[in-house]
Amino acid sequence: MTPTPRPGGSAGEPRHAGRLVGARPEPGFEITVDGRPLAVVPGQTIGAALYAGGVRAWRTTRFDGRPRGLFCGIGVCFDCLVTVNGEQALRACQTEARPGDEVSTG
Amino acid sequence: MSDAAAGPVADLAVIGAGPAGMAAAVAAAGAGLRVVLIDAGPRLGGQYFRHPPPGFHARRPGALHHGFARFTHLAAELDRHGAEIRLRHRVWAVERGVPAAHSPDRTGTDVPSAAPRTRPGTSAGGALTGPEGPLRTAGGETGPRDMPGTGPAEPALDGCVLVHCLAGDREERREQVAARSLVIATGAHDRVLPFPGWDLPGVFTAGGAQALLKGDLVVAGRTVVVAGSGPFLLPVATGLAAAGARVAAVLEAGRRLAAVPALAAHPARLAEAAGYARRLAWHRIPYLGRHTVIAAHGRDGLTHVTVADLDRDWTPRRRRTIACDALAVGYGFVPQIELATQLGCATRGDGDGGPVVVVDAGMRTSVPGVYAAGEPTGVGGAELAEAEGWIAGRAVAADLGRRVRPAPALAARRDRLAAFAAALSRAYPVRDGWRSWLTGDTLICRCEEVPYARLTEAAALGATDARALKLLARPGMGWCQGRVCGYAVARLAGAEAEPPRRPIAQPIRLGDLAAGAGALGHPLGDDRPSDPAPAPAAGGGADATADPAADRTEDRTADPAAESTTDFAAAPRDGLTADRRRPRRRRTQQERTPDDDDP
Repeated sequence: MTPTPRPGGSAGEPRHAGRLVGARPEPGFEITVDGRPLAVVPGQTIGAALYAGGVRAWRTTRFDGRPRGLFCGIGVCFDCLVTVNGEQALRACQTEARPGDEVSTG
Repeated sequence: MSDAAAGPVADLAVIGAGPAGMAAAVAAAGAGLRVVLIDAGPRLGGQYFRHPPPGFHARRPGALHHGFARFTHLAAELDRHGAEIRLRHRVWAVERGVPAAHSPDRTGTDVPSAAPRTRPGTSAGGALTGPEGPLRTAGGETGPRDMPGTGPAEPALDGCVLVHCLAGDREERREQVAARSLVIATGAHDRVLPFPGWDLPGVFTAGGAQALLKGDLVVAGRTVVVAGSGPFLLPVATGLAAAGARVAAVLEAGRRLAAVPALAAHPARLAEAAGYARRLAWHRIPYLGRHTVIAAHGRDGLTHVTVADLDRDWTPRRRRTIACDALAVGYGFVPQIELATQLGCATRGDGDGGPVVVVDAGMRTSVPGVYAAGEPTGVGGAELAEAEGWIAGRAVAADLGRRVRPAPALAARRDRLAAFAAALSRAYPVRDGWRSWLTGDTLICRCEEVPYARLTEAAALGATDARALKLLARPGMGWCQGRVCGYAVARLAGAEAEPPRRPIAQPIRLGDLAAGAGALGHPLGDDRPSDPAPAPAAGGGADATADPAADRTEDRTADPAAESTTDFAAAPRDGLTADRRRPRRRRTQQERTPDDDDP
């Protein structure tokens, strides 16, 4: 499944709170999500990078095909599973992105 | 592959590096103990002190926190006292036993020879109000084992706790930590109630929205609604607003915080509440009592929510919609106590909060050598958690014969905070009217996609309790192991939530499980690195998951599956027909692997 862009009505990507904490992020790196590049701040989780990049659903459920993305954010709900470099069923919210990661969704 | 060697036996393993675990580790390490602090996350702090990774170079990492200075202090103290910190370690099982290297003549799980310590009362209700008793019973200085003639000549605890971990966020090396004592400081997760559309992307738990913000600096949406019940909604809303989100409303199903009588007796809390009120006003965020979100709408993601005002029982009255692209919703917290129940620690019902671990005034559980601190002993917030952590760490040190000076002020502080937490918990009960939000196709279990209608069918077939409901309709049998829907299912079954039965606390590859079979009932000796051919897991629901054939699949299994294997074996096969709408769910354990979850 290709990443679902945020639906219309919710203009643009979610904001960042960098200014609030006085962040001066290191130069980011890229990972790919189903072949498309995605920017990541070092240390961010794959789930956060996806969501910050405007992708908020990256999996469909096995029975009803319902879209899923982040929900609990702390590794409890297992809604946000992704495949990274062939390793299946990783929780996107718990998995720190690394340069060159190839993430596949669906 | 065998586990990485456990290494020398530590005096104390602490599971969870939030406020409670950090404080416990500092207290114990400061008293001279060898401490290993274990956490699943990549950074110290747990959920409360979750903060951005170093790559952000945040000059004000505490801008999104209340009391972040406590965290920096605890982190510095850990460093100063030389506590060993193991981050990115997920604990999937804990067991008691005697490492072969430690006591070569003993095999099998072991009960320490040391007599259980004085236990002032069995309920935490009694313990909460008691003095820091056990520390005092030892002549005001040390633990009872140091009193002449009361302890064995052996080391105080000849039983060890073995903590089985999966290290690394994707490689998952198996590691184990052996320790003479264990502090369980595993925190809590959000308690959520199901409602139509709650599985739409854009709907977060309140803690989830905050974790995304505090840990990754990502704001959950442009326009956010915060809903649910309890004071935690306020920091979530004000944090999101400070970070630039438009918070359309904070909807409190119960009463607004200012209306909670217990607040009046706690000036610091009153001031904190007033601070939130000021910030809400500054951002022009309405804070409405007796309101909540009863439905979420959208096709591929959230676009708007239905808001209702509620009667006393939370039955919706007038409704309206609010457009938003994110919803943060939470109805309090569920303590994470499965490691304690794995070890057989006694639990008690904590009123509306579900089961919590019973502890005495030194945070000792009913299992010798095992302590609990923070939310697992009753949800009470970070300050209480930290106080309990200090007490637990000091009690461990005393019980292991270190000199620990009495700290009545600490005990008094804990009592005060616990009393306030209990009053706050009583002020925010979940009312039964939430059931009227449900429709037949509302998912109750997100993992197994079990709609409400299937639970009512199962009930009609005679499933009168949560366990029978689970067997017939499969809620709580998926990846999350019932953590998300467990409370709702219990309430729908008309019962209090029961203590979790998760012999495996984290999904684990079948191969790793088979290799780590010792954690599931086999003598510890079988799990030693020196044993290259561990026996398959014995007993309980683990048999199927540790099937040697499964070993090759490298798939993971979630424990409820393991549990379900036994459950199904015991259940009448006819019971499964409740699932007839989807007959392909009648599958074996082997088929129920995560691959299924990702078509």
